[in-house]
Amino acid sequence: MPGLGITLGRGGATTFQQDLANADCIVIQGSNMAECHPVGFQWVMEAKERGATVIHVDPRFTRTSAMADLHVPLRVGSDIAFLGGLIRYVLENERYFREYVVHYTNAANILREDYQDAEDLDGLFSGYEREKNRYDPATWQYEGVEGALPAAGHKEVFAEPGAGARGETGGLPPFEAPKDLTLQHPRCVFQVLRRHFQRYTPAIVSKVCGVSEAQFLKVAEALCANSGRERTSAFCYAVGWTQHSVGVQYIRTATILQLLLGNIGRPGGGILALRGHASIQGSTDIPTLFNLLPGYIPMPHCEHSDVLAEYIADHQSDTGWWHHFPKYIVSLLKAWFGDAATAENHYCFSHLPRLTGNHSHMQTVADMADGRLQGYFVMGENPAVGSMNGALQRKGLRQIDWLVVRDLTLIETAEFWRTAPEIQRGDVKTEDIRTEVFFFPAAAHTEKDGSFTNTQRMLQWHHKAVEPPGDARSELHFLYHLGHRLKALYAKSREAKDRPLLDLTWDYPTVGRAGDPDAEAVLHEINGYRVADGAPVSGFAELKDDGSTACGCWIYAGCRAEGVNQTARRKPGREQTWVAPEWGWAWPANRRILYNRASADPEGRPWSERKKYVWWDAAKARWTGEDVPDFIVDRPPGYRPSPEARGMEAHSGTDPFLMLADGRAWLFAPSGLLDGPLPTHYEPLESPVQNALYGQQCNPARREWRRRGNPYHRAWDDPRYPFVLTTYRLTEHHTAGGMSRWLSWLSELQPEQFCEVSPELAHERGLSNGGWATLRTARGDLECRVLVTPRVPTLKLNGTWVHQVGIPYHWGVTGRLRADGANELTAMLADPNVDIQESKALTCDIVPGRQATRARAATGATQPALPPGLPRLHRDSPFLGDVSHAADAQETEES
Amino acid sequence: MGLFDLLARWPLLRQVKTGDTTALGETAMSERSRSLEPRTAHADRVVKSICPFCAVGCGQDVHVQDGRILDIEGDADSPVSRGRLCPKGSATFQLVTGTHRVKDVLYRRPGGAEWERIPLEQAMDMVADRVKRTRDATWEATDVHGHDVQRTLGIAHLGGATLDNEENYLIKKLFTALGIVQVENQARI
Repeated sequence: MPGLGITLGRGGATTFQQDLANADCIVIQGSNMAECHPVGFQWVMEAKERGATVIHVDPRFTRTSAMADLHVPLRVGSDIAFLGGLIRYVLENERYFREYVVHYTNAANILREDYQDAEDLDGLFSGYEREKNRYDPATWQYEGVEGALPAAGHKEVFAEPGAGARGETGGLPPFEAPKDLTLQHPRCVFQVLRRHFQRYTPAIVSKVCGVSEAQFLKVAEALCANSGRERTSAFCYAVGWTQHSVGVQYIRTATILQLLLGNIGRPGGGILALRGHASIQGSTDIPTLFNLLPGYIPMPHCEHSDVLAEYIADHQSDTGWWHHFPKYIVSLLKAWFGDAATAENHYCFSHLPRLTGNHSHMQTVADMADGRLQGYFVMGENPAVGSMNGALQRKGLRQIDWLVVRDLTLIETAEFWRTAPEIQRGDVKTEDIRTEVFFFPAAAHTEKDGSFTNTQRMLQWHHKAVEPPGDARSELHFLYHLGHRLKALYAKSREAKDRPLLDLTWDYPTVGRAGDPDAEAVLHEINGYRVADGAPVSGFAELKDDGSTACGCWIYAGCRAEGVNQTARRKPGREQTWVAPEWGWAWPANRRILYNRASADPEGRPWSERKKYVWWDAAKARWTGEDVPDFIVDRPPGYRPSPEARGMEAHSGTDPFLMLADGRAWLFAPSGLLDGPLPTHYEPLESPVQNALYGQQCNPARREWRRRGNPYHRAWDDPRYPFVLTTYRLTEHHTAGGMSRWLSWLSELQPEQFCEVSPELAHERGLSNGGWATLRTARGDLECRVLVTPRVPTLKLNGTWVHQVGIPYHWGVTGRLRADGANELTAMLADPNVDIQESKALTCDIVPGRQATRARAATGATQPALPPGLPRLHRDSPFLGDVSHAADAQETEES
Repeated sequence: MGLFDLLARWPLLRQVKTGDTTALGETAMSERSRSLEPRTAHADRVVKSICPFCAVGCGQDVHVQDGRILDIEGDADSPVSRGRLCPKGSATFQLVTGTHRVKDVLYRRPGGAEWERIPLEQAMDMVADRVKRTRDATWEATDVHGHDVQRTLGIAHLGGATLDNEENYLIKKLFTALGIVQVENQARI
């Protein structure tokens, strides 16, 4: 989320799938859209039929490439170098949309004198605290503004000490910070950006990415020619960009590029994040994530006292939309704790548990494996197959007391105690596993009412069609009845620790013979209502901070406006405008293109007739157009704030990014990111090559789990694991396979696990098409069929050839189709901003035949030692000295 | 049947007679094919739904007869999908009606080699009991540094990206009230 969120204000896709048809150029990168989002891809084809240029930048040639005008194969893990090259091209050739950049981004802001860039520090920024492996963003601020500017898009990181300065900025308000509208000042963001990307030349792009200069220039020219007043270009990405130790910055780079080209907030422009599960956007909006409360409200940290006002001070922004923060947290606490939440008791703020650090999935797995966890719920997920280092995940499951799995069928996570590879091999005995396992059959989506939030932030209701079979029940049923049981068990308790549970509002009406809670009653609470009479609010503008409103997720306020389930609206698309605002409901406030104020010029006129979308209607003194304006609807373009203005009054009539404190998109991020204010090319933790751009090899703030069961390869050029490995999906299977590997229809279409290699690699290693191969990493090995194809090209990098191996990750050891899954090979390792794994870029070895030992590092297997005499490699910059943890990692690796 | 009738049924003659040169029109029909109808024709209701696989969010029509699903097809009204479904979406019918669906609650006791069937209500009681026991045993009012934390690190949760918003809401709400902070899913980034 923060890739988009920190830069623009919200973590969701900026546009919607149908709008792709309006694009003049579409770049699909980090996604195989035709195969992974086939039905959404029709809008790309529609654009192509209207004359758009379609470009696919991806290590593999896929069906997406086949339909594109241009396929650019680049090395796995080198996208920032490629996108950085595009930024340089736009800047050096004066192809940026000057008026847009000057007025709608922070390009003109002048930075502090003591800021030092990756240019100056060989890949690090000023503020790096080597011992703590983290940055202090104090030097990344605007000149004249004291303290750190609150990062509006992703609030929880600014609760980190130093990142938010308790949410207060001193000195000048951000909108008064000095600017140079000519963009000439050497310390203005624009010039800093230019210097930062100066070294990302076509020659370097070619050297790092393995892309020819001619191909790179073709992409650059197509993008520039199709951006500006009259034309717009769109980007589509998926987990090919996110699953890296520097994944957030991949998305940041594309966002910066799109801002420079003036493509955000305009029809046919934007960045479409393609999510892989039916409600993956919904599960961050209403987060099952440790660090967030619904609506991107941060979970409190242990530093917060019980005084709500102090927590609010840490998160409320003086200027911009997050000035409304108190209304959203108070309304959430009222929704959860009802009458018990009063102004006197800080609306039960002390009822919320406190964070003390990282409680993300991978950390939980490490804690499990170390015996620090007792109970685990897994609902609709299959970590034994789908998460990094599958054997370590299963080791964790073996150490806990009890496990609850809810799914449609007996997935690997439910059966880890009898079907896992280490059981089959005899390393672990079933009878020695003390974990008690409960399997609850889940109801399918046709057996329950509820809403999914799709990839374009749109909530769509699915209605219950039939009763679930046997004892299968929805998660809604499970949680509701579990909650009531626990309330009963604790009913007589007088202990403070049980007060939150006893105060929790939990009285949803039930329907049907199984006693299902009414999903629409839950949606009513999510939408929000007036406490006095229970009437639904029509939007977040009605929420109050005085306890008179309750709201479960403020960004969803309005989804049940007027008591009507807006998410269930189904006016046929052909009976509406192309925007189709009466189908489902999109957050926020049913806006389909975010930041659409930017589709008009500073005076409020459309940039061009061809790209008209939202504009200022002077006669009616309102913003109007095809969509709900993403702006204060009656704020004229000529409005300017007074120096004393606060909240939304501080945004002028030309500031389109209303979530941000200064209303302008952040080309440069003064705070909110843990790994630098500007994207920088770092190599994956395991790479075939040394970083050609900087001495700093990898993301300096990445998260590692250094332990025997999770060994890493040498930083680059590891002779034991000489090839690049990447993982991906197939059309016919779904994620860890729980919803596809059991179906005969789909299994017949994709019956067997395989890997893809180039003819050159096949020749080098004696692999034959259709034959068997064994893939190995320090974590484990697996066998699969080989597909020899030029679709995964061998690339020439800086004079050396780099072979890449691709493997789909859907398989596991139960179900109709069985194989050791690709995540037996991957390691636990994460991006610092969001704790996402690096599963798209690692290294491996491949040999012909069925030679898998099924030994796993997590069950004590050791990997071969490095050949004698090989020089030690430090993962981080040799010029900057050793980074202690990296040196330790080498120790572990070689021990 | 006379010779004339027989001749009149000869497709070639019929093609010539009706000008159906490609034989893709009426002449391609037989008595049998004329009486064929889609199995969805007998549905007593069509329930509006959304595909549960990826996040494109294709509209689905669930055809139901007597409480049984007859088929699941793309919803032509959807402005996003315009009636289309991909191979996974087209397999939704098998996903929800297939024999792979487990219908009973299963229990594996510590050290056990087999699953045992147990009643739903009993299983719910047992899980509630485990939650209480673990929570009480691992409760942390303050952490090792003396910070007030009011939580348990003894219980964790994973999942959510395939669930409904309303379900995720109850997960977050109940578990947070129980002091469980390790609530996670793969929707990271």
